[in-house]
Amino acid sequence: MSAPSDNMSIPTPAVHSKPLLIRHSPFFIGVAILVVLAAKLQFDGYVLNILLQATTFSIAVFGLSVVLGLCGQINLAQAAFFGLGAYAVGLGTTDLHLSFWLCLVGGCVIALLAGAFLGMSTLRLGGHYLAMVTISFQQIVTLVMINAIWLTHGPDGVSNIRRPELFQTSQSYLAFCVAMLAIVGYLVWHLSDTKLGRAMRAVRDNELAAGVNGIDVFRTKIYAFALCALLGGLAGGLFAGGFAYVSPDQFSFAESIVFLTMSLLGGVASPVGSAIGTGLLILIPEWLRFLKSVPGLYLAIYGLFVILIIRFMPDGIWGFVADAFNRWRAHTKAPPVAAALQLKPASVGGEFVLEVTGLSKHFGGLKAVDGVDIAVKRGGVHALIGPNGSGKTTTLNVLSGLYQATSGRIVLDGTDITHMPPHRRTAAGLGRTFQNIRLFRSMTALENVEIGAERPGNSMIGKGEDALTERAMEALTFVGLGNRANELISSFSYGHQRLIEIARALAANPTLLLLDEPAAGLNSTEKLELHELLKRIAAQGLTILIIDHDMTLVSEAAQHITVLNFGRRIADGESMAVLRHPDVVSAYLGSE
Amino acid sequence: MDLVLQLLFTGIGIGAVYALVALGFVLIFRATNVVNFAQGEFSMVAAYLMVVFSVDLGWPYWLSFLLALGGMALLGVIFNLGVYYPLRHRTFLPVIIATIGASILLANSVLAIYGPQPQVLQGWFDTPGIQLGPVYLDSQYLLIIAVTIALVFFNYWFFEKTLLGKKLQATSQDKEMASLLGISVSTMIMITFIYSAVLGGLAGILVAPVLFVSIQMGSTIALKAFAATIIGGFGDVAGAIIGGLALGVIETFGAAYISVPYKDGFAFLVLVAFLIFRPQGIFGERVAEKA
Repeated sequence: MSAPSDNMSIPTPAVHSKPLLIRHSPFFIGVAILVVLAAKLQFDGYVLNILLQATTFSIAVFGLSVVLGLCGQINLAQAAFFGLGAYAVGLGTTDLHLSFWLCLVGGCVIALLAGAFLGMSTLRLGGHYLAMVTISFQQIVTLVMINAIWLTHGPDGVSNIRRPELFQTSQSYLAFCVAMLAIVGYLVWHLSDTKLGRAMRAVRDNELAAGVNGIDVFRTKIYAFALCALLGGLAGGLFAGGFAYVSPDQFSFAESIVFLTMSLLGGVASPVGSAIGTGLLILIPEWLRFLKSVPGLYLAIYGLFVILIIRFMPDGIWGFVADAFNRWRAHTKAPPVAAALQLKPASVGGEFVLEVTGLSKHFGGLKAVDGVDIAVKRGGVHALIGPNGSGKTTTLNVLSGLYQATSGRIVLDGTDITHMPPHRRTAAGLGRTFQNIRLFRSMTALENVEIGAERPGNSMIGKGEDALTERAMEALTFVGLGNRANELISSFSYGHQRLIEIARALAANPTLLLLDEPAAGLNSTEKLELHELLKRIAAQGLTILIIDHDMTLVSEAAQHITVLNFGRRIADGESMAVLRHPDVVSAYLGSE
Repeated sequence: MDLVLQLLFTGIGIGAVYALVALGFVLIFRATNVVNFAQGEFSMVAAYLMVVFSVDLGWPYWLSFLLALGGMALLGVIFNLGVYYPLRHRTFLPVIIATIGASILLANSVLAIYGPQPQVLQGWFDTPGIQLGPVYLDSQYLLIIAVTIALVFFNYWFFEKTLLGKKLQATSQDKEMASLLGISVSTMIMITFIYSAVLGGLAGILVAPVLFVSIQMGSTIALKAFAATIIGGFGDVAGAIIGGLALGVIETFGAAYISVPYKDGFAFLVLVAFLIFRPQGIFGERVAEKA
């Protein structure tokens, strides 16, 4: 979602003294009680069916909370994945006489593979492709279920589906489903605070920044999508065992929309929301049974719900509740103290950290960058300047991999990175900030910096969540914002957001830091602070390549300057000499 | 050979419908950067309006036609105000989810009112068609092809030669700059929605006599039209038309030579093939994000 924003749970970076399983023991005790209740209470058949439906549907909707809530990718075929799992169990236990467990696992694998394939074919492209491709996939699955009678029994469906020996009675099967729901729910809940979960949220908030911070955007999206499909398949398998009968109309596009509505209503960002949404949308139609007598009416209302929820309650019911809770809780937290930030830039190559030779980037006929050479000396501050439109930012974008070079070679600390995607350049030791700030806006300052610190190949970070938090706190303290670590990005001023972006890059302990116009939009006090900060960074031996328009900052901070004009290098050398160079003067002031 | 020619004609006729709906997709996408998932429902609603006016009420065909298109213009206004406009400052995901919601709402409202029974709509002409050598030219298909050709020229004239067309183009390329030049961006977006609703409606009315008028016709057409826009190159007008025609032909031949029940699946296979091997489509996508 655009802004599940304000509802994200704000994690406490307080010291994790007790192991996770013990801290979360109330959850598991609660679950154990529920499972026993489900097994022991005597429900009549009607209530039992509703409970079975709610538990299995919830697991499918958890999938949407991963793909849509965490990763911001749409899936309009969840009913198809649900159907794959259901038919695997249905056909496997009846026609093939296989064990329930084998079929359940098989269904999950089939759904996972289908999801991964769809994702791989589509996720490099924009979100609207994914929406259409998933709808098409949904239609195909329905077509096959109805028409491939030799395989699926066609419109008649599959009946007499078997359950595992262990859970023959409906009560015990329900207890089993409740236990599965709790386990899956716990994992999905916990996912958002793992490395993968943070990567998903980063991709959702800002794909470009995610890539530049070392996250493989494409792979992360595929993981999210495949995980969603897997949960759909699992839920479908459990559903088939519960109801002993499946038919194509249970897995139609309309059901996918029902899943989507459940997810949006409850709150797409959290499994709690998924469960609430699912429960409500199973119960409400039961109370309003008369609506079902008019075909279409009930789905029409769902459609209207979707529009209204998106407009008026984008974070769903749970988002609303969690938001209020977090606002109340936010005041009670004290941020932990952090040690001084250590920067230990790697040094494998020779005298130059970055060697760019003959770099060109052409857009059609426009030569934005044309045969540029840059050599950045280790441990210094190197500035890249030039008038507007001279190709500075294009150069930076080619260096960080957002654009592919038309020709030329880029060597970072001895590694040729010319053809690497952004995340691999970051892994190789590149860090950068953006001219128009690109932070992960639904997260706290600390979480933003943690994502930076998680750079693959960061040698300055120990194992585990605590080490990660510690490193991120050090970087935030280094830029002077340690005491505001747990605030959301939206509460920081423009200047402070720049500092957070720098902290995010520093936490990764890069070999070379690219700063894209860091002084743009700062007032004079902030510029002085920025200058101080640059000095402190350079003092630790980190090499900086900076682009800026502020000549005072550039001439004071940089020892070496490269000047571009019209995509070509017009001067290069020691700062003062370059700034007096006649070509540079005429490029900036015009010639006589 | 005769069969091939016959299928080619039918394929182009069906493809022309996809092309018309695809054109509506492209226009809205270029104006708002959003894919309108209810575009197909515009066709479906217009076809039902025709059934109401010309079959149920027995009004003349031309009057029903004008009223149906007028109804579509109104729907375009309501759609913009109810679905797109309130969300215009949000990212694309909430907006496409809202258009999906609108598509479900439209389809199922019609279902609730009219029931699941498909309706029959007469064609425009009394003569069913003409025999031209080995090929039988169905008059409705001829009409569809003629209207599509006329609309392609109209589009060209409208967007390239009129001031309103240029304002619409300016808005779709850079909203901020357009508003600084005194163009009312919200009016331009409103016009775009009206135009594409009418365009979608026109496609629906034209294709209704060939297919049945049913609730599903909207989503079926929309999926094909969307596949057509991807095949042609997303956001490209010529691409949408070529893509639509190509898809119509592929599908007709697939149904004749491979399988009828899976007819609707061919579009998907072609789509996935394009996504894997040439995602930018035939003419290339005109979308790129700046750092």
